[in-house]
Amino acid sequence: MAEVEETLKRIQSHKGVIGTVVVNAEGIPIRTTLDNSTTVQYAGLLHQLTMKAKSTVRDIDPQNDLTFLRIRSKKHEIMVAPGNLAFHFLVKLSFCFTR
Amino acid sequence: MAPKQKQKKKSSRGKKSPKPILAASEDMEPVNMESMGHPEIYPLVLTTKTQEIFNCRIDEDVTDEQPYKLINKVDIFEDLRNRAAVSDFHPVKKIVQEYPGNELLLVYDKDFKYGLNFYLIGTEEGKENYLNPPEVPEEQEEYKEHIPEDVYVYKPPVSKPWVSLGSEKEIEEESVMESTKQITYMISQKRSEFGAPVKFSDQNASSVKDAYIECTAYPDKNFTLKQLEKDVGMQVIPQIKDTSTQTEWTYPKNATTQYYPREFSEEEKETLKQSKPLVDFLNNASISVEIALQQNEIMNTFTDDWKYLAEEEGTFGDKTDTHLKEYQSFTDLHSPTEKMITCVSWHPTIYGLIAVSVAVRLSFEDRVYFSGKLLLQPSLILFWSFSDPIHPQLMLESPDDIFCFKFCPSDPNIIAGGCINGQIVLWDITAHADRIENIKAGDSRSKKATLKPMFLLEPESNTEALYIRHCAVSSIESGHKKVITDIHWLSDTFEINRMGSVFENRSGICCQLVTCSADCTICFWDIRPQKPLTPQTTEKKKEESIEIPFDVPSTFLHLDLSWKPLSKIRLSKGETSLDYCPTRISLNEDHLLYKTEDKTLTQSKIVKTGEMNPYHNLESGMANLLKPIDDFCTKFFVGTEDGEVIYTDWKMKKDSETGRLMPKKPVSIHTIHDGTVHTVQRSPFYNDIILTVGGWNMAIWKEGVMTGPLLQSCCAPKMYTSGHWSLTRPGVFYIGREDGYIDIWDLLEKTHEPAQSQNICITMITYIKPWIFSAKQQFIAIADYYGTLRILEIPWTLSRPSTNEMTSVNHYFEREVKHLEYVEQRKNIREQEKKEMELEMEKKKIISVFYRDVLFPIPLRQKTYQKSKEQMEAELKMDYESYLELEKTVLINLGLLKVTEKGSYMDVV
Repeated sequence: MAEVEETLKRIQSHKGVIGTVVVNAEGIPIRTTLDNSTTVQYAGLLHQLTMKAKSTVRDIDPQNDLTFLRIRSKKHEIMVAPGNLAFHFLVKLSFCFTR
Repeated sequence: MAPKQKQKKKSSRGKKSPKPILAASEDMEPVNMESMGHPEIYPLVLTTKTQEIFNCRIDEDVTDEQPYKLINKVDIFEDLRNRAAVSDFHPVKKIVQEYPGNELLLVYDKDFKYGLNFYLIGTEEGKENYLNPPEVPEEQEEYKEHIPEDVYVYKPPVSKPWVSLGSEKEIEEESVMESTKQITYMISQKRSEFGAPVKFSDQNASSVKDAYIECTAYPDKNFTLKQLEKDVGMQVIPQIKDTSTQTEWTYPKNATTQYYPREFSEEEKETLKQSKPLVDFLNNASISVEIALQQNEIMNTFTDDWKYLAEEEGTFGDKTDTHLKEYQSFTDLHSPTEKMITCVSWHPTIYGLIAVSVAVRLSFEDRVYFSGKLLLQPSLILFWSFSDPIHPQLMLESPDDIFCFKFCPSDPNIIAGGCINGQIVLWDITAHADRIENIKAGDSRSKKATLKPMFLLEPESNTEALYIRHCAVSSIESGHKKVITDIHWLSDTFEINRMGSVFENRSGICCQLVTCSADCTICFWDIRPQKPLTPQTTEKKKEESIEIPFDVPSTFLHLDLSWKPLSKIRLSKGETSLDYCPTRISLNEDHLLYKTEDKTLTQSKIVKTGEMNPYHNLESGMANLLKPIDDFCTKFFVGTEDGEVIYTDWKMKKDSETGRLMPKKPVSIHTIHDGTVHTVQRSPFYNDIILTVGGWNMAIWKEGVMTGPLLQSCCAPKMYTSGHWSLTRPGVFYIGREDGYIDIWDLLEKTHEPAQSQNICITMITYIKPWIFSAKQQFIAIADYYGTLRILEIPWTLSRPSTNEMTSVNHYFEREVKHLEYVEQRKNIREQEKKEMELEMEKKKIISVFYRDVLFPIPLRQKTYQKSKEQMEAELKMDYESYLELEKTVLINLGLLKVTEKGSYMDVV
């Protein structure tokens, strides 16, 4: 549906966003704006990390749940929004003022 | 009788008679000569009267032969009775009384042996001794008389009876003797058992009673000691346990896996996309995602505020000190004439070494006048080192005054210089490279060497700077005809051929030069041997082989005197007028030497002397076919003598008519400066920003922006004579003036005037060259007209860029570019407005003939009218009608026209 496209497009058009990947519960990418190999790499790695983070949160407090995961590195920032059905990653460039 | 009183109580051995109580009249004890060993002698004084009484008158009765007299005891007593105390015998009265015998011996003591003239012998024995022994000495004396010679006569010892002196008592006391009588036992066997066999047996001593007596030891309480202190050492050790296990050894095996990711096929993806859960999820998720993105956009939480707060990281030295500090200055004291410095160059690799070219300070006429004298003086390039301000380290000789020179970037031992007569001179100082590298000990060496006499000095002593002859000069006929004003080595990344097309440079070294000269040409030169055009020339060369001095290296022998430029570009203004006379050029190339971060790169590029020096083997690179480099910018900036800045191309194009190679027309020419442009320099930070300094002002250009300079300063009060960008700060440059001041411009501080001005010397500054030695030490070399080279230290504030300086300066330049564009646009707008204004004016002018147009309509001449035609016509019509009215009234006033008639107007006119 166009709605999906529209939402994704809106997110992608933010300043500094490099790519968007939508992944299902098993870690198989559904929609992506990056190339295939990168998508597959990100999907495989981040899926495991998100599962681990989610289980950690649940272990500490079973009433709690993971809402958002942000991984900041020197060059980029990766944002993971988990959901019931799918995960949604964003790879974006964070603002860094270098000389 | 005082001495006698002291010896009062002396008593002889035989006579112990202490008689403390004496009669009052006899309080004096007789004194005897016990002290002298004769206790029986009692010295006496006999007066003359007494002598007469006893018939012992001296020298009558008592003589030397018979110095004694026997005197009766009774006589003495009588005398004593008669004369009592007066009697001379009074002192010895007691002796006399006790004398056992009847006669006492009185001896005349002639020699006063005993202190007085007579002495009495108080004992019988003494008397006997005296009477008898004198006989013996008499005998001895007789013997002596018989033997007058000094011959030792052996006198056998005469045995005398032993006189006991008490020693036997001592011996007795000391000797050990048995005190008790010993008991002796004699034990013997029965006679019958003599010789019988003996039987021995063992027996335990303890079994038999009383067989032995023992003294057992027992602890005596008096002698037991209680130990109160004990010295003990302890050590702690960990409990260690050793165990071992053995595991099963598995040998490694290579195994591989291959996998492919699970993916959805396209249709599956499509179906999934449509599914509702996905849509819902995305809607939910995108909200939080967008919040996160917005957060990032609002603020960067990663900035280290502390880091950006601190602009200066630990200033080195005084922060407020912004002046250039004088470090050292060099002057050549040996030159006879006055010289000026024309060009300065730091040695690219060696610290503290700077090369300076000096030229004679004469005008052209003076040069011609003194040309004979000038020929005798060598023109030099001097190498100065920080360690020795008086003696130059090396002196490079050239045929004539050098006006510009450069070190070869890929090999600092090759130096190329441009002469006043239009020749290019090449030096190769590889042989002396080690000399200039180890200059630090130069001072001490020179001091020592001066003490040695001449014949001890080695031929290559380093006390005197060596004159190094040049290696090669260019050909006089085919080179430049006038002074060479600028010389550059082309970067080793590309090569040029005769046409000006660019090729890649396989040899990895700088092998091409570009020069510009006052004869309005720019020449490109190649230092590699060119293939000979005709075989004749080689033969000719063999005939006239010139003798080369032995100490000149043969690196560029092939070029000497026959070096021709690769290509020549003439900057012509046109057919008739004078050509442009270039003074400086600036090519588009990488200035890697100036960036401190890349300094290691350049040093690795420089050829090490151990390896094969490619400059000595220049022919090897020639044969390769080179790949042309496309889209290389072949344009460059030229500054001329008249103050123009030209941006032109070096690529030749073929002239269609004549078929010759013709230089292209310059892209842009700007006349900005009022005098000779002596600095055209690219910024070390931006490749397309150029600084030009000339006349009384300076300008900053950006390559590609052809409308004009980005910044042009107003005219300064004094002429600018030299300029240079700062090597570390992007917005700073130095300009030298003709009155010896140096202006330091800082684009971020002020752009209308210099930020600082400092006086350096009294005369014109001819050259400025900064150099970086380390992050904390930067020097600037300033050369002046009187031949002095000053080295100043750049303070911290001028050498250290602020954190965002590069971006700020970049922004400034971009703003200036935009400003220029805006100016252009405004120009266009103004043009347009101007045109419109003119149109308005013209419109009013053509109304006088417009009526003709209405009657005989002619299409409007002005095609540029934006307004529609009908509108125009209507306006014009209105104007025309008002004109007609005007005309009517005028004619009526003149009386030429009647009011009512309209048609007869035509008849009247």
